[in-house]
Amino acid sequence: MGHLYEKYVWEIPVRATHWVNVLSIAVLTLTGIYIGSPATLGATPSDFVMGWVRFVHFTAAYLFAVSVASRIYWAFRGNRYASWREFFPILTPAGRRNMLATFRYYTFLCKKGPQPVGHNALAGTTYALVFVLYLVMIVTGFTLYAEHAPQGTMHKLTGWLLVLFSNQTLRLTHHCVMWLLIGFAIHHVYSAWLMDVKERGGVMSSMFSGYKAVRTKD
Amino acid sequence: MARKQGSDTEAADGLEFQDSVSTLLERRGVTRREFMKFCTAMSAALALPPAFAPRIARALDEVKRPTLVWLEFQSCTGDTEALLRASNPTVAEIVLDILSIDYAETIMAAAGHLAEANLDKVVKEEKGSYIAVVEGSIPMKEDGIYCCIAGRTALDRAREVCGGAFATLAVGTCASYGGIPAAAPNPTGAVGVKVAVPSATVVNLPGCPLNADNLTATVVHFLLFKKLPATDGLGRPLFAYGKRIHDNCERRPHFDAGQYVEAWGDQAHRHGHCLYKMGCKGPETFHNCPTQRYNDKTSWPVAAGHGCAGCSQPMFWDSMTPLYKRLPNVPGFGIEATADKIGLGLAVGTAAAFGVHGVLSAFRRGDDSEGAKED
Ligand code: HEM
Ligand code: SF4
Repeated sequence: MGHLYEKYVWEIPVRATHWVNVLSIAVLTLTGIYIGSPATLGATPSDFVMGWVRFVHFTAAYLFAVSVASRIYWAFRGNRYASWREFFPILTPAGRRNMLATFRYYTFLCKKGPQPVGHNALAGTTYALVFVLYLVMIVTGFTLYAEHAPQGTMHKLTGWLLVLFSNQTLRLTHHCVMWLLIGFAIHHVYSAWLMDVKERGGVMSSMFSGYKAVRTKD
Repeated sequence: MARKQGSDTEAADGLEFQDSVSTLLERRGVTRREFMKFCTAMSAALALPPAFAPRIARALDEVKRPTLVWLEFQSCTGDTEALLRASNPTVAEIVLDILSIDYAETIMAAAGHLAEANLDKVVKEEKGSYIAVVEGSIPMKEDGIYCCIAGRTALDRAREVCGGAFATLAVGTCASYGGIPAAAPNPTGAVGVKVAVPSATVVNLPGCPLNADNLTATVVHFLLFKKLPATDGLGRPLFAYGKRIHDNCERRPHFDAGQYVEAWGDQAHRHGHCLYKMGCKGPETFHNCPTQRYNDKTSWPVAAGHGCAGCSQPMFWDSMTPLYKRLPNVPGFGIEATADKIGLGLAVGTAAAFGVHGVLSAFRRGDDSEGAKED
């Protein structure tokens, strides 16, 4: 068995965007839930409770959008573990084999799953889907946001969506995808914990430090 | 004054219009002052500087009568009603009288073949210069047999009349986007004019009913500038549909403050707080209701204490119902399931599934590894 060493896996942009996403999604979810079903928290008409909540939502939204865009850029610039290829194992026969093996491991059909250095094949695929959900949130969010300034640049850029879909459909999508992301967050924290325990590679701390415990080949 | 008389189609009622609009108004007991007030209001509705009022007055005085035909298809006649019930006799009504209304099912005296012959004549003799107004949606299914007038389908008539018009004004949501007849399951395949006759020049004036002021203002714009007003991506004039109701609403300070009506007749409702939680569709709807209001600026739904129904948006009904809930129902789930109930179920379900997985994993032996292998 090869000896253990610390391998630098997650580069700074990967970790930074990861934690910015965590923070902004948490803020966006909390403020979004208030926007969706607000309680009467204003005592007088000169209060600005909903005003501030929406301000925070939109500020976090810009932060989130920049973070997602940066991560997509890094998928073409970063190391192999940050690469877009990690998210599409389905494109290669080896990747598809790994997906099946990981699936069998998760469903207790076999004892050992593949132990890749980067993302496991199912996780990578899930993240690709999650990024699609991120983009859905950003596109629906900015389209709805742009309606406050009709004929503005943002409204002109997003106007085609409002011809294809009604703004209520976009709003419902924006609302429901939040719940999908909440579902993902639960699954994500659980899987990270499980792999941290079972894989013993320090997956949890690697998202802070960038290093994972990896064995040499022989 | 030198008014050029239009074609012979208006021979019968032509006499009255030999006088200028101001003489006409005088005869009806409308003072010059009231007329100027109307012109100022129109310049405001069109978002023009007040200095335009005298120009509007002059343009209306000098105008040559354009011919107008009013087609009515799958509609409730609400838009005709909105126009006719304008308090009498308003200046607006008289301005619309400037138009030679050669065909309008609800109000014309002629009937049967005579009426249809009038319409045919306009289409033939004034090709490209008359205005068509359409009220109601056009059914497309089964070749349009669900709406026939004088033995011809609405689709057939619309293609001919709107296709040959200088412009078509689609009044009301049904004519603009299909409206209520187009609500799911849309048994007649109802659509708006622009979809039925893509080649026509269409200005949409949606609303349920349309605000007669916006129709008058569109006509005034046309008479003043000899062209149609600028429109948005959905074909609606920007002067009337360029702002969102929610952004012009008199209850908006309560929205921003966080003061919401929770039940009809509660304290907040009596204080005039925001109707967001009662399903108000103001945040979804572009219309000048808060400023223009209905029935001679008397009121509009939100002022009266009822949320906006979103009646002037495309896909009205399907996308704006349930009227008293903010979000539509999630397709494929029961009527009572809201997005939040389904979402919460999903979150709890996920947590439970992974909880079970976690317990099973904790008791499982021999599935550990010693870290990832170098690759
Ligand atoms: C993960 C990210 C996000 C989550 C979880 C989230 C969540 C939510 C939720 C739950 C609502 C309430 C929807 C409703 O019931 O009407 C909402 C509203 C909204 N969100 Fe987001 N959102 C996210 C990202 C964004 C982004 C990137 C933007 C872009 C500007 C955005 C803009 C908006 C707008 C404009 C509204 C409607 C606000 C209003 O009508 O006043 N959101 N969001
Ligand atoms: S009443 Fe309706 S339109 Fe007015 S502020 Fe509230 S949500 Fe917006």
